[in-house]
Amino acid sequence: MLTLAHFLTLGAILFSLSIAGIFINRKNVIILLMCIELMLLAVNMNFVAFSRFLGNLDGQIFVFFILTVAAAEAAIGLAILVVLFRKRRTINVAELDDLKG
Amino acid sequence: MIVHELIFYAFSLVMVLAAAMVITVRNPVYAALFLVLTFFSAAAIWMLLEAEFLAIVLVVVYVGAVMVLFLFVVMMLDINLVPLKEGFIRYLPVAVLVAIAMAAELLMVLWSKGRFGAEVFPVPAPNPVEYSNTRALGELLYTEYLLPFEVAGVILLVAIVAAIALTLRKRTGIKTQNPSLQVRTRREDSVRLVKMKSEKPQGV
Amino acid sequence: MSLQTTLLLIALLPLAGAVLAGFFRNQIGRVGSHTVTILGVAVSFVLSAWVLYQQVYGALGTENVSVYTWMVAGGVTFEVGFLVDHLTTLMMCVVTFVSLMVHIYTIGYMRDDPGYQRFFSYIALFTFSMLMLVMSNNFMQLFFGWEAVGLLSYLLIGFWFNRESAIAASLKAFLVNRVGDFGFLLGIAAVLLTFGTLDYAEVFGRVNEVSGQTLSVPGGMEWNMLTFICVCLFIGAMGKSAQAPLHVWLPDSMEGPTPISALIHAATMVTAGIFMVARMSPLFEMSDAALSFVMLTGAVTALSMGLIGIVQNDVKRVIAYSTLSQLGYMTVALGVSAYSAAIFHLMTHAFFKALLFLGAGSVIIAMHHLQDMRHMGGLRKYMPVTWITAWVGTLALVGFPFFAGFYSKDAIIEAVAGSHRFGSGVAYFAVVLGVLITAIYSFRLLYMTFHGKERFEVVHASDTGSQDGHLPPGQVAHKPKESPLVVTIPLILLAIPSVLIGWMTIGPVLFGGWLDDSIVVLEKNNVLAELGEHFHGATAMAMHAVYTLPFWLMITGMALASLIYLVRPSIADTVRRRLPFLYRLLDHKYYFDEFYQKVFARGSVRLGRNLWHKADAGFIDDGLVNGSARLVVRLAARVRRWQTGFLYDYAFAMIIGLIGILAVWVAMVPG
Repeated sequence: MLTLAHFLTLGAILFSLSIAGIFINRKNVIILLMCIELMLLAVNMNFVAFSRFLGNLDGQIFVFFILTVAAAEAAIGLAILVVLFRKRRTINVAELDDLKG
Repeated sequence: MIVHELIFYAFSLVMVLAAAMVITVRNPVYAALFLVLTFFSAAAIWMLLEAEFLAIVLVVVYVGAVMVLFLFVVMMLDINLVPLKEGFIRYLPVAVLVAIAMAAELLMVLWSKGRFGAEVFPVPAPNPVEYSNTRALGELLYTEYLLPFEVAGVILLVAIVAAIALTLRKRTGIKTQNPSLQVRTRREDSVRLVKMKSEKPQGV
Repeated sequence: MSLQTTLLLIALLPLAGAVLAGFFRNQIGRVGSHTVTILGVAVSFVLSAWVLYQQVYGALGTENVSVYTWMVAGGVTFEVGFLVDHLTTLMMCVVTFVSLMVHIYTIGYMRDDPGYQRFFSYIALFTFSMLMLVMSNNFMQLFFGWEAVGLLSYLLIGFWFNRESAIAASLKAFLVNRVGDFGFLLGIAAVLLTFGTLDYAEVFGRVNEVSGQTLSVPGGMEWNMLTFICVCLFIGAMGKSAQAPLHVWLPDSMEGPTPISALIHAATMVTAGIFMVARMSPLFEMSDAALSFVMLTGAVTALSMGLIGIVQNDVKRVIAYSTLSQLGYMTVALGVSAYSAAIFHLMTHAFFKALLFLGAGSVIIAMHHLQDMRHMGGLRKYMPVTWITAWVGTLALVGFPFFAGFYSKDAIIEAVAGSHRFGSGVAYFAVVLGVLITAIYSFRLLYMTFHGKERFEVVHASDTGSQDGHLPPGQVAHKPKESPLVVTIPLILLAIPSVLIGWMTIGPVLFGGWLDDSIVVLEKNNVLAELGEHFHGATAMAMHAVYTLPFWLMITGMALASLIYLVRPSIADTVRRRLPFLYRLLDHKYYFDEFYQKVFARGSVRLGRNLWHKADAGFIDDGLVNGSARLVVRLAARVRRWQTGFLYDYAFAMIIGLIGILAVWVAMVPG
């Protein structure tokens, strides 16, 4: 039988994977952005599961908005990346340390 | 119900494996594609949860637009792949550790004392046939959540403007016409009448 | 003219003269400046004499008027007021008379000095300050006068400010005075604390109420409050009246012009301390301990300072040490509760000591500012008036019967003999021996200066070839001659009371209760009353003198001095050679100056330097201010290393934080 816990577990695993991904990909900013999308997916999964098990559609509405924001954020993030690449000719994050103290 | 469980376990396995591949493959194009696969699996699971509209939206918007954008950018940028995977081995243990720690914590909470078990959250009955998820969402969205809906629209507008503003660049050294300037010229700025004495050439 | 106006005029006329001579000195010139100041002081004297007359023959009693309320703070009223009783009037007359004599004398003495007007302004201002001091009816005004005379003393000692020794002496006077003033201020503060008021009448009225009060000091002891007050006030008197160990400034104060040595350091300022203790007799009577302290301090001073006088060679220094010794006598008298005797001696001493100083000044003018007695001698041929008045002053000083000093000194000696106070035996020994010493140095001065062979040479200025007019010791430019009238008339005018005033006034002042309205003496301490029973009139007292020890000691001293300095001067050299240790001890004034210099002066400098380098620059500047800056810099350098600029490190930090919060939450939630 599928309980709420199963779905939440799935969300949790996805989230942990994305965190690991942030650590592993020290050099590639694009992968970083993809990991962020993964994180948002995990959260969405939770919302939908709760919405179903609580019989309340509010969770799905929220997912709707999260989707919107995620799309906007991805667009802008990629725009920044493009501009950065134009300047630096690299997406190696290790070289982006102008704010070093 | 066994079908449900089967579907669930199958798709969730795919999803987790694809997510793992996203973060480990070398080629970012492959990573993007694996992310697409992840989203597809998620959509399937959401169907299982009777959130049909969102499942389709996930595919259409997320995969269709956002991931395409990702692929687009990845392919546009000329990326030197070799130095990108440096330090992968160095950070892997820490990352795995952190991920496992986080997962362990979350699972501990989830599965303790049947907190999210069937007694607390009973499995709901499936919706009737006439039930339209889209319609129900629509009814909610355009009445109670109207303002957030409009705000979401504004957010998207802002995103468009920001993206363009960030990446727009002016080419130097090209000649273009500026019609508004052309229309706004004044006679006084361009023409100047000078009275001059008619000169006799010297030595005539 | 009301009494209040009279009193105001007495105090303010010298001030007006001082202001005119000081600020308008260029407009009114030399003659103008000495005219306004002498006029002011003269009128002051006449009015004081008038007040005295009214008190002696008229119906005037004690007047206590408040002239001006300065401020009211915390329930205490600070005002300017005058308390005029017999004690005050006596002091007023002494001060104005001696001041007037000095003013007239100065016309001759400072004739060639460029600071002529400034000098007159200062001495008139001094007269004003001293009058405010003696006429005051509250502690605050007393303190004002006290400080003001200290200031004027500083200004006048350092009058010739181009001389380094004068500047050093004036600073020394001021600083040593300051030490005394510190005690004085503590005493006044204690008075305010105990009585809640600074007005004399109120304080004296409530003395009996507070006689049991104590002061707790750190260390767990309890001191009697009145003893504490009296000791502190007396410390102020020790500074002002130059009692040991705060006496060191007086000999150095001879750097100032001789008129001020006469005015300030013989007759008036140094007597302010004596006056103050007498004025505070209601307080002092309540504390036997304080009075014993007073007495013993005076006794020590009287004897030790006299001994130094024997070995001094500068004529003014001898008289200075004599003053110190006589001030010691006055203090001893205060200590045995014979306040009237002290005041009486104050008065007679003012006259004959001023006379001696002015006489010395006359000699100094004649010898062109040469002051070493070893190069004088035989001056009686050249300066007869000075010589005769100097003899009068000396006889008064040593206590020759019928002269003024005899009555006052003998009264003190008898009072000490009759006292039962703790330490009075020591004091008696000191004052009696002091008579012998006084005679020795006084006659030594007379003989070395005026008698014997001439030990100087007259050379004409053109022969010496010295550019600045300073001649080697022992040479003078002209033959000495008698000083002008402006110098000799004050000498004569001062000689008259030196002879007569003792004989005339001892009866009423000491035994006739003239000072009874000002001075309080407890029954058990009243030695003067006991003496009064044996008093049969001034003449009888003088005739009786041949039976007393002090008389024969004086004669012995006179004989010794005559022997050594008239007949065989070599004896002095022999003694000096046989007793080198004693001679050196006396010559170095018991090494007080060396001690103060080494311990206090250098100690303060070293303390100041240490505080500057180590505490201020080192600890505060470098340690606290710069140190905290350096600490911040060091901390920041360490923290800076976390700012790698590297995105993943920041993300890592965020995630670690998140995990931490989660862990806490998981742990806190039950189950």
